Amino acid sequence: MTTLRLEPTLRARRAAGGKCLIPYLTGGLDDWAPMVRAASAAGADAIEVGIPFSDPVMDGPVIQEANDASLAGGANTTTILDEIATLDAGVPIAVMTYANLVYRYGWQRFADRCAAVGVAAAILPDLPLEEVDPWTDAAGVAGVETVLLAAPTAPDERLERIVARSQGFVYAVGLLGITGERTSLAASATEIARRLKAVTDLPVLVGVGIGSPQQAAEVCEVADGVIIGSAVVRRMLETGSPEAVGELIAEYRTALS
Amino acid sequence: MAEPMVMGDPIDGRFGDFGGMFIPETLVPACQELDRAFRAAWADPGYRAELADLLRDYAGRPSPITECHRLSAELGGVRVLLKREDLNHTGSHKINNVLGQALLARRMGKTRLVAETGAGQHGVATATVAALMGMDCCVYMGEVDMARQELNVFRMRLLGAEVRPASSGSRTLKDAVNEAMRDWVATVENSYYCLGSVMGPHPYPWMVREFHRVIGSEAAAQCEERLGGDPDVVVACVGGGSNAAGIFSGFSEGEARLVGVEPAGGAAAGHGVPGIVHGMKSFLMQDEYGQVEEAQSISAGLDYPGIGPEHAYLCTTGRAEYPSVTDAEVIDAFKLLSRTEGIIPALEPAHALAWVSRERESLRGLTVLVNLSGRGDKDVAQMMEILG
Repeated sequence: MTTLRLEPTLRARRAAGGKCLIPYLTGGLDDWAPMVRAASAAGADAIEVGIPFSDPVMDGPVIQEANDASLAGGANTTTILDEIATLDAGVPIAVMTYANLVYRYGWQRFADRCAAVGVAAAILPDLPLEEVDPWTDAAGVAGVETVLLAAPTAPDERLERIVARSQGFVYAVGLLGITGERTSLAASATEIARRLKAVTDLPVLVGVGIGSPQQAAEVCEVADGVIIGSAVVRRMLETGSPEAVGELIAEYRTALS
Repeated sequence: MAEPMVMGDPIDGRFGDFGGMFIPETLVPACQELDRAFRAAWADPGYRAELADLLRDYAGRPSPITECHRLSAELGGVRVLLKREDLNHTGSHKINNVLGQALLARRMGKTRLVAETGAGQHGVATATVAALMGMDCCVYMGEVDMARQELNVFRMRLLGAEVRPASSGSRTLKDAVNEAMRDWVATVENSYYCLGSVMGPHPYPWMVREFHRVIGSEAAAQCEERLGGDPDVVVACVGGGSNAAGIFSGFSEGEARLVGVEPAGGAAAGHGVPGIVHGMKSFLMQDEYGQVEEAQSISAGLDYPGIGPEHAYLCTTGRAEYPSVTDAEVIDAFKLLSRTEGIIPALEPAHALAWVSRERESLRGLTVLVNLSGRGDKDVAQMMEILG
């Protein structure tokens, strides 16, 4: 299997004058695989696939509900990675989950399995710089990239250490808070993007708290792109329809064009 | 890897392989700031004197040791002493930690305390100290626990705290911790997370234990005076493990057997599988994929699938042992202490008493110090339903 790489894909979009769009979809929900393909066809540059965890402390109510539904439906780390192997999304895949699932699976076993099924990168929000080494050692061996998060609370010297270790892109946390749509764009979103752009050439994508195509366009006046999570997952839960998910992604793509 | 001294300072935020700081990036600077602030405060005689005054004049320390003559006879010759943390203001050991943390929060310029609570004892202690210091207070409590600890919910509201239900997952302590952490992620600039046990990310497991060290220090001096030395066995209940850590810290350098008693339905150390949740690596009840399992216990305060990381370390090194008792054994012990000594224990320390009762044959002739971490008033309504 040829793994599509994250960083060259995002850099190519930026080099062409475009903005990067990565939707987050919770793995294991009904029809999630066709939804991923629909999102890809509608203009996503890459897809973030969530592997559900029982205690997602970084996530708001929408993604919590999706996690619960996915787990109740019998999904687990193994089934989701197996489905990724046959996903054929046509764009790079990153997985997002919490440290305990990876630790329990085994750092190296998880990294190897990711590589084997064509996962380009992993995002593990409860592994900050201080704790990430056991994972990055394993991921490095397997050839899986690790995307690190950078939050508004970090002082400049910490941002520099984060971008030095982040691969694929750097995930700018748009506000102080958990995932979920907000009625307006937080000033912190543009600010963290600006601070990161000043210290790295990596693509800077903002996630957490972006709730509309207009907000995405607004933050992309500074950022290289956005990650859209709760809005997409809400659409998954409310419609169960790959077409409806595709339509939402198309709206974001249009707003970013 | 360097070995820390028994119940000494953690090394690089860890006790052996346990502990750490497994938290969202947003919170890392806050935990690092807290680590620095605690070290500075703990080394500051002014801070220590202010805390000591509050512990004496407000909490009512030192708590006494009570020798249980009738219980000892009932158990066939096990000499039982109780460390009376139930006599502290607010009715449990929790006030020791909250006074320390609230003073620290004030030093750090924070104006709002966020806390989680299981049985409500930590929530009540936090609401109490917030009232004392004129701070805002928000307590997260599982919906299931709010129903079975109605009285404590009312107490917290009476004290001016906002009580918010945790309605996800098992709707107990684990989920209250999740909600408190989510709150803190959003409010970290002005809020202080007043964590209620020896768990969570560094520096909490260490800091909370240091705030409860007063239990062990007092008890060791009291035992020296009464017994001429340490007891043979020191017993405490363990959910996250704060009262156990406090009393163990007074005896860990000696020879006394240290016993932390878990509920059968929440025996994290008993299962012995390491995991990562709530900011720490420790023993954790979980399925084969790492999904956290729901604890099941008669006691809301022990209804937690994990255990503090230092306990995982003490368990691994063998310095302490972590047996479990059933709800039925706990109910018997609850009645036993009430009838023999005129002391109604909280359901949590009734676990420690249940273990002593079960082990009465092997403990005969020995002196056993039990940390009576809280009083049972809060559990009376629940017991009335169970006992009819």
